[in-house]
Amino acid sequence: VVNLLGISITVLFTLLLVFIIVPAIFGVSFGIRKVYMKTLLKTFQWATLRIERGAKEKNHPLYKPNVNGIIAKDPTSLEEEIKEIRRSGSGKALDTPEFELSDIFYFCRKGIETIMDDEVTKRFSAEELESWNLLSRTNYNFQYISLRLTVLWGLGVLIRYCFLLPLRIALAFTGISLLVTGTTVVGYLPNGRCKEFLSKHVHLMCYRICVRALTAIITYHDRENRPRNGGICVANHTSPIDVIILASDGYYAMVGQIHGGLMGVIQRAMVKACPHVWFERSEVKDRHLVAKRLTEHVQDKSKLPILIFPEGTCINNTSVMMFKKGSFEIGATVYPVAIKYDPQFGDAFWNSSKYGMVTYLLRMMTSWAIVCSVWYLPPMTRQPEEDAVQFANRVKSAIARQGGLVDLLWDGGLKREKVKDTFKEEQQKLYSKMIVGN
Amino acid sequence: SVSHSQITRLYSRFTSLDKGENGTLSREDFQRIPELAINPLGDRIINAFFPEGEDQVNFRGFMRTLAHFRPIEDNEKSRDQNGPEPLNSRHNKLHFAFRLYDLDKDDKISRDELLQVLRMMVGVNISDEQLGSIADRTIQEADLDGDSAISFAEFVKVLEKVDVEQKMSIRFLH
Repeated sequence: VVNLLGISITVLFTLLLVFIIVPAIFGVSFGIRKVYMKTLLKTFQWATLRIERGAKEKNHPLYKPNVNGIIAKDPTSLEEEIKEIRRSGSGKALDTPEFELSDIFYFCRKGIETIMDDEVTKRFSAEELESWNLLSRTNYNFQYISLRLTVLWGLGVLIRYCFLLPLRIALAFTGISLLVTGTTVVGYLPNGRCKEFLSKHVHLMCYRICVRALTAIITYHDRENRPRNGGICVANHTSPIDVIILASDGYYAMVGQIHGGLMGVIQRAMVKACPHVWFERSEVKDRHLVAKRLTEHVQDKSKLPILIFPEGTCINNTSVMMFKKGSFEIGATVYPVAIKYDPQFGDAFWNSSKYGMVTYLLRMMTSWAIVCSVWYLPPMTRQPEEDAVQFANRVKSAIARQGGLVDLLWDGGLKREKVKDTFKEEQQKLYSKMIVGN
Repeated sequence: SVSHSQITRLYSRFTSLDKGENGTLSREDFQRIPELAINPLGDRIINAFFPEGEDQVNFRGFMRTLAHFRPIEDNEKSRDQNGPEPLNSRHNKLHFAFRLYDLDKDDKISRDELLQVLRMMVGVNISDEQLGSIADRTIQEADLDGDSAISFAEFVKVLEKVDVEQKMSIRFLH
């Protein structure tokens, strides 16, 4: 029995090597993942039809998750709304600023609208799917699942947990160990072209293995706009996987805080081979220090493009939230990148208040696949008449437009913190103008 | 009557706001909504959900308060002449707004109460004197029985021409 086990493990590893790791090293693909994706789509469509049929038989309306909001909202401003209320109430001239008892209707309705459906809080939880993808974590209509569907779901569980999960863990392990050992070895070489070449390829190879470890099916668009040396690459942030997705198609200098544990080991190894910008926990708070180090890095044209996520936190990939202006102040060319995940195959959003890193990775590795599109947008620079905040918003809008995401001005930090009082003060100022003029 | 899908959506919303997962919402749960937190009258609106002296509101109470904002057209479908007046009638919508002004719930808007609510709406941008004269003028125009306060009947009279049905109604998309 031991012999048999030994042989089957060897065969498995050889298969692994040939079909997954070797193509990863050379950056080619057999197209297995694309076929897998097509099969899955057909299965999901069938599953959704079955559920709809089940619901119809019982004559129940199906719960259809709503992506565009549940109530009708008017995009009119405070001024216009209040003027309209006053107009309907009296025949008085509307140009004279004054107070009306009916003004309260505006604040009242706006407030109740936000209680029923607001633009911000829903960005911090996973997007709801329109059709079921055979994962129990995304099902809202449990009672309509027929026997056949349950069997299919059970088969899915078997495939995902007993076949895909061990395979992926093996790949992830291979990828990470190769990264750590590879970069450490390259680190011993003298600085020069050879070291750079090897470092680049070690990084790329390991990220590609990690991509396969997640069964990530990525479509890159407009690759001619890929970030160049001396620039900054900014992208919308949904999950730590974003780094793997971008770094498997380009060679970047990472920026971030040094962690403890396994992450720290990886970070310390990586910086031996190539100048990533890691900060100690204490240094992260010092904005001047951060800006100084980043500026030094981009001014050296031979250094790699920096990869930054200006939102500062993970958002659920239906919108882009406020970009922190720090990266837009240092005067480098900005290369915007839009990343849009298809949540049908596995929701990549990391809800850090709900799941820790390990739970999150396990959820990723037991999903069907991670499917996403990456668009490289043309480079942007700060124009003389705009300040850093305006520049940041311009870049953000371009990314939102390309990825089909909602462009929000709200700060992603609202996930954990209270909103600043200045916004309420703005509203109060606007309203004051309406009752006393300037 | 509210449709099944509307109830489901609002229940889904209720549970997503209920961070403590205990089937009720507290004032903090409401204050976590950024767009509500920046509404100058946010606290008064939140208060409308909580009955006297209570700190938690369940789904039933949540729906009851929101029911004031159903469009009046919905009542055409279920005309119930003998039943109690529906929560979303013009009368009850006006009463909801009245209660936002009436801080001590004595069915009268006093000068003091009006000043306090005005102060919430304008922040630091208007002086006490100016705000005082605005309050005085408003009460003068509305007060019919000479008690220097606005009763609900007087409130209704002032706003008799305003399109309350439209301005205090929220429509569902489906």
